Amino acid sequence: MMSERGGMSRRSVLKMMATASAAGAATGPWSAGRGFAAGRLVVGAAYVGPKDDYGWNQGHAQGVAALKKIDGVKVVEEENVPETVQVQKTMESMINLDGATLIFATSFGYWEHMLKVHAGPTVWKDGMPTNAGSYNGYIDEAQYIAGIVAGHSSKSGKLGFVGAKPYPASLRNINSFTLGAQTVNPKATTQVIFTGDWVLPVKEAEAVNSLADQGIDVVTCHVDSPKVVIETAERRGINSSGYHVNQAVLAPKGYLTGAEWNWEKVYTDYVTWFQTGKSWPHIRRGGLKEGIVRNAPYGRPVSEKARKQADSAKAKFMDGTFVIYKGPMKDNSGKTVIAAGKSYDRTDVWLESMNWLVGGVIGSTGS
Amino acid sequence: MRALGGNPRGAAEALTIPAAALAVSLILFGIFVALAGADPLSVYQTIYLGAFGGWFSWQNTLQRGAPMMLTALCTALPASLGLIVIGGEGALIIGALATVAAASAIPAAPPFLVLAAMLSAGMAAGGLWVALAGGLRAYRGVNETIVSLLLNYIAIALMNHLVTGPMRDPAIVHRPSSWPIGEQNMIGLIPGMEVHWGLAFGVVACLACYVLMQHTVFGFAARIVGGNGRAARMAGLSVGTLTLITCFIAGAAAGLAGMIEIAAVHGRASSSLVVGYGYTGILVAFLARQNPLAVIPVAILLGGIEASGGLMQRWHDLPDATVQVMRGIIFLVILASEPFYGRLRIFRERTA
Amino acid sequence: MEALGWWGVPLGVLGGAIRASTPFLFVSLGECLTEKSGRINLGLEGTLVMGAMSGYGISSLTGWPWLGVLVAGIAGMILGALHASVCSRPRVNDIAVGIALMLFGLGLAFYLGKPFIHPKAPRLPAIEFGWWSQSQQVRAALEVNVLFVVGAVLAPVLLWALNNTRWGLAIRAVGDNADAARAMGYPVNRVRLLSTLAGGFLAGIGGSFLSLYYPGSWNEALSSGQGLMAVALVIFARWDPVLCLFAALLFGGAGALGPALQSVGITWGYYLFNAAPYVLTLAIMIATSSTQRTLKGAPGELSVTK
Repeated sequence: MMSERGGMSRRSVLKMMATASAAGAATGPWSAGRGFAAGRLVVGAAYVGPKDDYGWNQGHAQGVAALKKIDGVKVVEEENVPETVQVQKTMESMINLDGATLIFATSFGYWEHMLKVHAGPTVWKDGMPTNAGSYNGYIDEAQYIAGIVAGHSSKSGKLGFVGAKPYPASLRNINSFTLGAQTVNPKATTQVIFTGDWVLPVKEAEAVNSLADQGIDVVTCHVDSPKVVIETAERRGINSSGYHVNQAVLAPKGYLTGAEWNWEKVYTDYVTWFQTGKSWPHIRRGGLKEGIVRNAPYGRPVSEKARKQADSAKAKFMDGTFVIYKGPMKDNSGKTVIAAGKSYDRTDVWLESMNWLVGGVIGSTGS
Repeated sequence: MRALGGNPRGAAEALTIPAAALAVSLILFGIFVALAGADPLSVYQTIYLGAFGGWFSWQNTLQRGAPMMLTALCTALPASLGLIVIGGEGALIIGALATVAAASAIPAAPPFLVLAAMLSAGMAAGGLWVALAGGLRAYRGVNETIVSLLLNYIAIALMNHLVTGPMRDPAIVHRPSSWPIGEQNMIGLIPGMEVHWGLAFGVVACLACYVLMQHTVFGFAARIVGGNGRAARMAGLSVGTLTLITCFIAGAAAGLAGMIEIAAVHGRASSSLVVGYGYTGILVAFLARQNPLAVIPVAILLGGIEASGGLMQRWHDLPDATVQVMRGIIFLVILASEPFYGRLRIFRERTA
Repeated sequence: MEALGWWGVPLGVLGGAIRASTPFLFVSLGECLTEKSGRINLGLEGTLVMGAMSGYGISSLTGWPWLGVLVAGIAGMILGALHASVCSRPRVNDIAVGIALMLFGLGLAFYLGKPFIHPKAPRLPAIEFGWWSQSQQVRAALEVNVLFVVGAVLAPVLLWALNNTRWGLAIRAVGDNADAARAMGYPVNRVRLLSTLAGGFLAGIGGSFLSLYYPGSWNEALSSGQGLMAVALVIFARWDPVLCLFAALLFGGAGALGPALQSVGITWGYYLFNAAPYVLTLAIMIATSSTQRTLKGAPGELSVTK
């Protein structure tokens, strides 16, 4: 049952896959030389949902759309590709039948399947094949800014967060959002409701309604398609803060700001590196400073004072002097999670396995 | 159930009518994509290329068809008793959970032992899950279709609860997932192919079920019950026991599909298991007219359609739902062709 | 806005029942009619989603949400006609046709619905039943859509019509015993065709509620199985339209339970709470079924109760 692949047994391949799976969304740049005919770079992209979802997939599709304008680049896309062996086959099909030499696999759950893609001899280095890479953004920085804005806008001091599933990235967003709000109002709380899955429109609407019933007056979310959350908040007459892409048009009255991805930057960079034959980073991370994440323009309800404080916090992120996770910090059960004097820079991997909620958050990390 | 074999006219009929139905659905589908502005002929060519146009495409097709074979059995076997079970999705998930539980119960055991434990746990759990629907039908008169549907939702909720809470592995950060079964316990690819062992399990299971239903006393009894419950009772057959056993085997097949998803693809349980294999299995079972042997080619055919689905997005700018529309058309036309069996003169026995 | 605390749970469940029950109500009323005529249409999930898509599309293109509701109903009728015509042929299994139509309806809705995911569409209006209250939360919970009111009125009307009109008698006669009905001169297939058309019409309208009122936008994950559940709900409600109304309210409310409990700090087991409607249905089906007698109110011809 063992298959040799690039001089390496499958068994050790799998081991590396497990250690690498923490790395996040991934790209599989296949530089095997195929598809360079006529000097064209064929770029493939696979999305886990519909690419016009006002959310996660649309963010990536906007990034990929920017590539279509580059000379000598052809884009092939597939949407609604499940996180199983099917994405592996989709990527192999892009390589074999379209001659794709660079593929963006735009979901965290694609990573382990991407590592099994068979595209010629594979050499492994540092826990991943030499022709694979991973990219992600510190979007919690943008959530921190959104939290400052939310803290200013909330009269009750009660914020709401609609999550899909409790996993480190979403817990980190919840914590950063809450910490941002607490710089304005130290008593600010964030009530979390997990719907249970990435897209569940009726549950998401119910969650916003329950939050509004509890006197919460600003909501944000971490679901794949924030459309329903933002629209329902607008109907309940409460403010909202977006996620993934700009949803301001869905809530002209109550949209404060939002934490957004800027995949255009990431994807265009990779393509430029490949076209010019430059070396490229296997692990790419960045936040506000690197332009990988950003905040949506402030909405009408955002006061002058809020804008000022948010802008000055943003400036500190931009010059790299600001750290969100600094001790002393307690979780919501009162236990110290970061000791006084200790601080975790945004690049710290400890933050990537976050399994606690900061004081002031009402919610749990399990089920 | 019309066997392939037996009288040659029956066999000719069992091949010709589905083939004609398939042709009709392809024509209807062609009209549909033409309305959407695509060129039907080139779409047909794409389907052929993507599904069967070379060794890569064949492997893609076989890989996608493999899980459908097992989930199809979950619907096909109870159908011989006249039951419509649509619980393949739930049984697959429960089987997958049991697989993970079994592997992590004996972490130090050698891989072949773990494999045996995973196989039996996955199959038993899936089997019991569907046997629950069968038992409720036989002993309580509760409709098995609705029960198996409800059990699907309950299984998904249970899985999500367990992988987010009690069975969660905190080391996996990108989505709530269960503990791993361990790399050494993963089953790999069939030698010489980019297709995992699930294909072999699927084919063997279909063949075994075919033999069971067509060439054993058990299968004969089941078919009598399916034909007429009262006659079966008069002949002294226990409908309840037959229902329980058949549903258990059916669920075990779907549970095996879940075990393979864990042992050959994911290595751990998570919501990535919910991709609708159970529901596609229902379609395969009906297209195969509930014949376990026919399940094999039908699953491969549908795997091929799915394999070419990506190309329809990439080459023809058709939405991903095109594949779903096509499957719906084929399913409807096949069902509408049902009345033709035994009605067409050329297939009738001369003596009849 | 005052916080409600624990009172938020019953209020949330009540509000959720009113907000989320309408699709269940319309699909189950439609399915009730179809099943009363002796056929089960398991394809109403596809019909519901097709109705959601077409209703939203028309409202977005024309600016008239009520026209969207009408078109959603008509789209449902077309799918119903397909079901009835395939099923009217000999030896065709209605459950299988239902599953096929579910796949086809979902596929078609996703296929045709791509251009409507982004555009906004005018929504259906609501009636403010909470005008008497000072509490913003109570007012929000009692904001009732016109379609819910229509459905709530339709339920007793349907019950009365089934029991007291010539049409109702025809449907019940055909559903209880096709041979006897045929002997009495009823056109069995035509009665079933019309019942399935009506069922499809109502299910389509139920779908338009999802996209045009609550949650009020079109996307591919909109339904998450509500059409399928509504079919189970009819059995749960013993083929009684008024009981369908209560069962729909129960299902809508049960769906709101998970989020409402989390909003007051009960953060444990939300997946299990979300599965409450399924477990409840299963339990009631087990408790009330028997092999010795058919279910009270069950149409004799119905394949799922035979």
